[in-house]
Amino acid sequence: MTSATALKSTPLNSVHRRMGAKMVDFGGWDMPVQYSGIIEEHTAVRQAVGLFDVSHMGEIEIRGPEALNLVNYVSSNDAAKLKIGQVHYSGLLYEHGGFVDDILVHKVDHDHFFLCVNASNQEKDYDHISTLNRVRATVEFASDRYAQLAIQGPKALPTLQKLTRADLASIRYYHFVDDEVAEAWARIARTGYTGEDGFEIYIPPDEAPRIWDLLLDAGQEFGIRPCGLGARNTLRLEAKMALYGHEITASITPLEADLAWIAKMEKPDFIGKTALARQAERGVTRKLIGFEMRGRGIARDGYDVYVDEAPAGWVTSGGPSPTLNKNIGLCYLPVRLAEAGRSIQVIIRGQPVEAVTVPTPFYKRSK
Amino acid sequence: MSAYPENYRYTKEHEWVRVDGDSGWIGITDHAQQELGDIVYVDLPKVGAKLEQGKTLGSVESVKAVSDIYAPVSGEVVEVNEALQTAPEKLNQDPHGEAWLVRIRLTAPDELNQLLSAADYQNYIGA
Repeated sequence: MTSATALKSTPLNSVHRRMGAKMVDFGGWDMPVQYSGIIEEHTAVRQAVGLFDVSHMGEIEIRGPEALNLVNYVSSNDAAKLKIGQVHYSGLLYEHGGFVDDILVHKVDHDHFFLCVNASNQEKDYDHISTLNRVRATVEFASDRYAQLAIQGPKALPTLQKLTRADLASIRYYHFVDDEVAEAWARIARTGYTGEDGFEIYIPPDEAPRIWDLLLDAGQEFGIRPCGLGARNTLRLEAKMALYGHEITASITPLEADLAWIAKMEKPDFIGKTALARQAERGVTRKLIGFEMRGRGIARDGYDVYVDEAPAGWVTSGGPSPTLNKNIGLCYLPVRLAEAGRSIQVIIRGQPVEAVTVPTPFYKRSK
Repeated sequence: MSAYPENYRYTKEHEWVRVDGDSGWIGITDHAQQELGDIVYVDLPKVGAKLEQGKTLGSVESVKAVSDIYAPVSGEVVEVNEALQTAPEKLNQDPHGEAWLVRIRLTAPDELNQLLSAADYQNYIGA
């Protein structure tokens, strides 16, 4: 097959093709959507371990004596609270409070922060941060220097442990170490986008195919599965983790997206703070809430939501939950309606289908 | 992978029809189910519904997406494969056999001439 526009590809592209993955255009990237099947891959992550190529994700590095000042000015969480070797989730916001992107901030050193950003937003994020860099920190677009693999599931630790001398059990959730995996330099973070325990490793791109194969070998005894973006999406939805372009967009603020905890209003000025303070004062008008289908049908992104036969909101993400064996989704509703236990209707191909709002996350792993 | 039966007729939208007298069984092709992935939901018309060639007769949904099904020929629905309501995964397992969608009474059998043979369909999908 040929394509008019060249898709971007990760260092593992030929590996995915060799293994028979089904490839799709994901925001301009030629990525595997599934290998053996989304449900099988999803189940492998919940019960054993799955391996994902997430090298399309972007990396931006901020260095210099003013690094912390810049990070804290452009992102909404408080990077001053991070210790070296710690990670947090944060928002890059516009002045009006909407999301430029959602990001992970890693504190590598007092003068060095490592940001993991969404694939399709990476150039926009870099430009955004650079424009706001009045303190003259060093901002590097570093995506070409890293491949990223996610090893996720209850058997992620014993799988990865076979390939590294780093004591993985001692890395706490949302912490990381710089060490080696299979004798290659690696940033090993205990983070993920699945709702399971697991690791995300940042490695040199030319080492990615070798480490991919070694991880599949290491996880074989546990039933490891290579996983595509399809399972990544069903897993993150069950765990109610936001996806840019769906739950969060340029016109949605952290307060609306149930992410007030990443907007640290007590810290000094940051981009978007004034707008958020004003929104908090006036009161948020809409809010993200989860729902389960009661009638027959599957809610999908963009479907309208009605309450009492009147238009009330829209679905941001929806689909079947392989773990719960229910059809679930997230939607925006006016705050006065956004409480668990409310009867709503999702408009599926012109027909209202019954659903009920529920507490989230839909799935929480037992510790 | 299922074979493409010689006695079926196929559409470029990946449906098939098997005709016996004035009865026609309609389904989706093996290629369609492979492209869709795990099928989790099937929406079918009711008995008595009138189908028009090329118009939507229902939809199938995989974990990832929803996809419309088009009527390969016109007719009136006389039977719906109820088993698919509780076991839509049969569409992944036996798309050309057990997992037919609806049985119709053909009202315009001449339309069959516009459909693809098994060889032409396999050529079309590059199988």
